[in-house]
Amino acid sequence: MSVELNAKNPAGSLSDKWENYKADVKLVNPNNKRKFKVIVVGTGLAGASAAATLAELGYQVDAFTFHDSPRRAHSIAAQGGINAAKNYQGDGDSVHRLFYDTIKGGDFRARESNVHRLAEVSVNIIDQMVAQGVPFAREYGGLLDNRSFGGAQVSRTFYARGQTGQQLLLGAYQQLARQIGLGGVRLFNRTELVDVVTIEGRAAGIVVRDLMTGEITSHSAHAVVLATGGYGNVFFLSTNAMACNVTAAWRAHRKGAYFANPCYTQIHPTCIPQSDEFQSKLTLMSESLRNDGRVWVPKNPDEARPVDQIPEEDRDYYLERLYPSYGNLAPRDISSRAAKRAVDRGQGVGPLKNGVYLDFSDAINRLGKSVVEERYGNLFDMYERIAGENPYDVPMRIYPASHYTMGGLWVDYELMTTIPGLYAAGEANFSDHGANRLGASALMQGLADGYFVLPYTIGNYLAPMLNKPIPGTDHPEFKAAESAARERFTGYLNVKGTRSPDWFHREVGKIIWDYCGMERTQQGLEKALSELPALYDEFKKDLRVTGDGESLNQTLEKAGRVDDFFQLGMLMCRDALDRNESCGGHFRAEYQTDEGEALRDDDNFCHVAAWEWTGDPMSAKRNVEELNYETVHLATRSYK
Amino acid sequence: MSNHLKDITLKIWRQSGPNDGGHFETYKVDEISDEASFLEMLDYLNERLINEGNEAIVFDHDCREGICGTCSLMINGQAHGPERATATCQLHMRKFKSGDSITIEPWRAKAFPIVKDLMVDRSAFDRIIESGGFITSPTGGAPDANLIPIPKPVADAAMDSAECIGCGACVAACPNGAANLFTSAKIAHLNLLPQGQAERYKRVEAMVETMDEYFGSCTNHGECEAACPKEISIDVIALANADYRKAKVKNRKQLARN
Repeated sequence: MSVELNAKNPAGSLSDKWENYKADVKLVNPNNKRKFKVIVVGTGLAGASAAATLAELGYQVDAFTFHDSPRRAHSIAAQGGINAAKNYQGDGDSVHRLFYDTIKGGDFRARESNVHRLAEVSVNIIDQMVAQGVPFAREYGGLLDNRSFGGAQVSRTFYARGQTGQQLLLGAYQQLARQIGLGGVRLFNRTELVDVVTIEGRAAGIVVRDLMTGEITSHSAHAVVLATGGYGNVFFLSTNAMACNVTAAWRAHRKGAYFANPCYTQIHPTCIPQSDEFQSKLTLMSESLRNDGRVWVPKNPDEARPVDQIPEEDRDYYLERLYPSYGNLAPRDISSRAAKRAVDRGQGVGPLKNGVYLDFSDAINRLGKSVVEERYGNLFDMYERIAGENPYDVPMRIYPASHYTMGGLWVDYELMTTIPGLYAAGEANFSDHGANRLGASALMQGLADGYFVLPYTIGNYLAPMLNKPIPGTDHPEFKAAESAARERFTGYLNVKGTRSPDWFHREVGKIIWDYCGMERTQQGLEKALSELPALYDEFKKDLRVTGDGESLNQTLEKAGRVDDFFQLGMLMCRDALDRNESCGGHFRAEYQTDEGEALRDDDNFCHVAAWEWTGDPMSAKRNVEELNYETVHLATRSYK
Repeated sequence: MSNHLKDITLKIWRQSGPNDGGHFETYKVDEISDEASFLEMLDYLNERLINEGNEAIVFDHDCREGICGTCSLMINGQAHGPERATATCQLHMRKFKSGDSITIEPWRAKAFPIVKDLMVDRSAFDRIIESGGFITSPTGGAPDANLIPIPKPVADAAMDSAECIGCGACVAACPNGAANLFTSAKIAHLNLLPQGQAERYKRVEAMVETMDEYFGSCTNHGECEAACPKEISIDVIALANADYRKAKVKNRKQLARN
């Protein structure tokens, strides 16, 4: 049975929609809120802020994280900053401009109403985080400082050195910790979601695995929020943390939540290139570096001189050449493809010729080393620790890597998935970034969803359920989900094959990177779709998980996550194959302009593809939500 | 270009669970690139152990960018190993040489019980934050962010302390197993800022006293500062101590009034 994709856009003009929604929304009386229980899975920016705020309002909240502490969530690794339409610099910013930049940055594939709301609440986020004590960078006068990020011509990015994600997450974590201390939130740490349970078509709770003991138990609630991040680790090598996975979203998908636009993945242009075959992950160098660093490659692919002896006329500052008005701050998808093309032409630098230069010598000459050090000191130190070279003396070498996933669980205006009572927030949903996310917008979206959207929209769902009891965890649906989960994990242990979960993960990652990475073709995707099921069969027959299921077993945890990556990978390739156009991070080589830019097909693809589970990712059903642009005029994205 | 290290001997702590006695096991790594990170070397060893049908070595790690604070490890007796201001995940094999013998242990502190192999339970840190490591500011009513100017040096000093990643190296390095650097870094971050003043004394009292329930006492060895991957200065401990003393006096006056 297919569900009608109703985005539930509120009435009124774009700038009135959120106000109109809030005016009409059903409320739960303060004394009644404690009668409702909400489960929040994930404690990153979206999850921690949602759990803390819902508990402050009076709801009973159970929060789950597979980490030892909520503070470890991968939001912590975001470096550069957070956007907000504060216009503190008086440089022409406004809510509308942030909205428009986000829609345009997303290559006109995001829902207008959600994005406008995001831009509206962006200003509240900064106020909220400052009140909590987040030490954002300041000017000497004591006011907040801003910098500029890709895809924008104003300075609207707030930052805390190169650790903005850390400071924001610690702010949200501290607010969550306060609620844990007060008893408003019960925290379950080192506990991983293994299934979502629905009863009579509504979300009824979750099944979890205690990572310390392997015990599988159920938790029921009136509503469930998944704030479990993105699936960028499907590529194996990515800037995601090692434990990031798609399991929660994927298990929800298998229970009826549509998965939207899985092919929209972001490859970040500035990461440290791979150095050897043991590489376990790639490290991002913040996009903020492109404010002062200049990207170039030698014009001659056979260039043999040391980097400081290559004269200006033999260097190709290709971003400045191709995109003069945005220059080194061209959006991520465009910058990444330009780097790939330079390397593919043989102009790559470094021992493996797999990078491009990001050069700070002009900035150091113009501003002095101390200013550069103040702005980027910790990033330079991190680069030196990893690459073994000092970027004050030698240009950094960078190359694109998987970083963020715009696709995710389909949600309506209220952030509810196609399963009533199941919500998705932050990177786990698909809603705000279209086909490409602008820098410093992920932190904004996570906090917007958790602090300023969900606390309103969840009440609208809960209000009519007052005094209706939640199903007990002894309900047959819970018991069935528990035994399926037990069987699944025992199954991994019983294969007793010859290859580790990591081996399979690396192989899936290679296929996805080669055929569903920065540039995709029909032929390549078809090849991936024949190779992936074959490899998945091998996974089921030849997996080896050592240890047991009754104590802490990281190999077993990994097996479950890799299983879900296989299935997601197939869906990604199917989505990329069916979207016969190029847009944002989805670049199909067949669809490009004469200048090599993405060529959209608005007549046939100005829609969201929301996939419905049918029992096999290879036969998932594609549903469509048309994107109707009321305010924005569809245009060819130009950053020239 | 990358070089390879040869004949590395690893002595690694194995312990099957919290109640097991635990012991050292010796593993040989014949060859590894000096571009590999320390944890990638352990990944490589684990892959081999799985291929041989043995259980992989459990260790905590996640972001591998030195910011999440999940990774730990005493490497040759030093918290996070030999490189200053570097978490284990950012340590690379180029810091070692062929033929080296490396001893790898979990954090050693009573407040951090061993979970399995190299993994410990650091939830006592969360209890400290829950007791007062926050500014009470419920979502919704915050005034405009530029309403209160904060002098840059104050914001910078708060940020210096706020950089703590909660890894626990300070506790592991301390001969007393004290958590004063961790606790004081959070106290300093929040107590320096104008927003943190309302709860300043209540905060320091609650946090210090919760800390004392779990951890040893500080006797100014300074090992914590040397081990801290974020180079947080022990000055924050002095600041927290000063505030704690003031809190005790202030609160006594208040008690007398009631």
